[in-house]
Amino acid sequence: MGKNIIEKVWDNHIVHEEEGKPDLLFIDLHLVHEVTSPQAFEGLRLNNRQVRRPDLTFATMDHNVPTQNLPVINDPIAKKQIMTLADNCREFGVELADMGHPDQGIVHVIGPQLGLTQPGKTIVCGDSHTSTHGAFGAIAFGIGTSEVEHVLSTQTLWQNKPKTMEVRVEGQLAFGVAAKDIILAIIAKFGIDMGTGHIVEFTGEAIHALSMEERMTICNMSIEAGAKAGLISPDATTVEYIRGRKFAPQTEFEEAAAYWLSLASDEDATYDEVRIIEASEIEPIVTWGTNPSMGIGVSKNVPAKEDFTDESDKQALQKALAYMDLEEGTPITSIAIQHVFIGSCTNSRLHDLRAAASVIQGRKVADGVRAIVVPGSYSVKQQAEQEGLDQLFLEAGFEWRESGCSMCLAMNEDVVPAGERCASTSNRNFEGRQGAGSRTHLVSPPMAAAAAIAGHFVDVREIMKATV
Amino acid sequence: MKPINEVTSVLTPLNRKNVDTDQIISKEFLKRIERTGFGQYVFYHWRFDALGNPVENFVLNQPEYKGSSILVAHDNFGCGSSREHAPWAILDYGFNVIIAPSYADIFHNNCFKNGILPIELSIQEVEEILAISEQIATEATVSLEKQTVSIGTKVYPFEIDAYYKQMLLNGWDEISLTIQYDEQIKRYEQNRTVFA
Repeated sequence: MGKNIIEKVWDNHIVHEEEGKPDLLFIDLHLVHEVTSPQAFEGLRLNNRQVRRPDLTFATMDHNVPTQNLPVINDPIAKKQIMTLADNCREFGVELADMGHPDQGIVHVIGPQLGLTQPGKTIVCGDSHTSTHGAFGAIAFGIGTSEVEHVLSTQTLWQNKPKTMEVRVEGQLAFGVAAKDIILAIIAKFGIDMGTGHIVEFTGEAIHALSMEERMTICNMSIEAGAKAGLISPDATTVEYIRGRKFAPQTEFEEAAAYWLSLASDEDATYDEVRIIEASEIEPIVTWGTNPSMGIGVSKNVPAKEDFTDESDKQALQKALAYMDLEEGTPITSIAIQHVFIGSCTNSRLHDLRAAASVIQGRKVADGVRAIVVPGSYSVKQQAEQEGLDQLFLEAGFEWRESGCSMCLAMNEDVVPAGERCASTSNRNFEGRQGAGSRTHLVSPPMAAAAAIAGHFVDVREIMKATV
Repeated sequence: MKPINEVTSVLTPLNRKNVDTDQIISKEFLKRIERTGFGQYVFYHWRFDALGNPVENFVLNQPEYKGSSILVAHDNFGCGSSREHAPWAILDYGFNVIIAPSYADIFHNNCFKNGILPIELSIQEVEEILAISEQIATEATVSLEKQTVSIGTKVYPFEIDAYYKQMLLNGWDEISLTIQYDEQIKRYEQNRTVFA
């Protein structure tokens, strides 16, 4: 019987296996950022331990960094955390893409961009959106700070082998539907804990038709469906994306590519669970509630109690709508927004910025709306500026910022005020995620840009149709 | 890490599904570079209103649950961000046992690294315990060794991974354990697939 990619990559990384214990797994790439690492480095110091493989460790600053008026950091505690990472990297010999460095950016944007992310690797980072790197056919997952310390010290982790799940997206996407809509639709359909205890492989025609940047959007949010990790079998698109990147194999690239392609799930591979969704069913999605499964097509209305059978779901609806200040049955397109955030490890890559810019078409951001664009990395920003995207955004009244996590989690100064609404291309609409009392609606980059111009949600397909 | 075996305490019922780690510890409190001191911020925006006054009907603000070491939660507890600040905050506040029908994977893992026992019981059992403890402050005794939760005469057995049970009972530092496998790690490093 054939094997799926999850089993192949897992089995390739077992350092030690023993009855009654988790597997000891080797970690090929450890990405580090300022928020979840200081306590780990401190642990090493207290126990007189070293970083075992600085060559497999790469650090950047993203969560706390300001996105304007660089290099001034107004928040003294954030500044201390940022300085602490720089000190730790120096002390332990870890390569750092510091603020102002050409490789700096959101950790899940720069890993792929630099060619560090490759098929068949095990990749970890103290950040739940590490699942992003699964787009390349890597097993990539978020870990806590104790595990960060464990990997720094031993380059391994004890892990119970998760179950496997196939999520198949059959058929072709309809006109005007983005990768973000696919993953939001999957989470809306199968739930926020669909993948708990599982690694998910996304398969199907609609998935393999996507570019690498779009695949990253899908895998990025597999954690929002509770999955340990989400991945996609490598194919020609994967190989071509990696070719020539800074840390990609050079002289042995063809051998590497052949090896990567051999990791793809076998035709007769099986999974512990299978979920199927038709691509043609999916329309642009807007979340209306306080977790990422609370999403619905833009042409529909905010759900009502009658739409749910389970008593606890009815209660969850009421709590969410109270927080979001929405009424049951309200048309999604009548919800007015005051903020737009285009950015985050989900949707801040060049493809996302192009897609958002394409719906502006010479129009202006609506009165009373503040819209910011935060490129995912310094390099994305440079490329976008070479294409003139910054000018398109600026002329329309968007702010054009430096790279970082920014308003996705509002650890820096980019905060949505209490009671105000944000159309956001990020990944979480939890209570207070973008600022205490803030209300987040998750959407794709074109949907966010269209909302900025209209001042409320609109069906971006109508704008796109008008230009075809 | 402090070993944990038997815990007797009043139960704190938190009857809400899908409690994410952003609620357990909000991002404005993640900038500390220490592992300690997060307890004061646990569930901050549920405990305090916008002016910083305690929200009276939130369970952690009710006097009968003060000093509790056992948190009873609902499905998919700890979903979202991997921030270990969430278990740090829970532990620092005083909880070292959580009872829930299910947990998000990363949070679940993080508990074991910090001497917090995350117990899984069935939905029916957890809802029964939530109902009792919401009605009146109720004491329970948890034994990790025996794998039981006892409330009055009622005993709820639970399953736990044998490896993590030993870690918690002994308060082991996992890195010290792994260093004993240094030979295997070295051997793996010599044989792993790397392309130039």
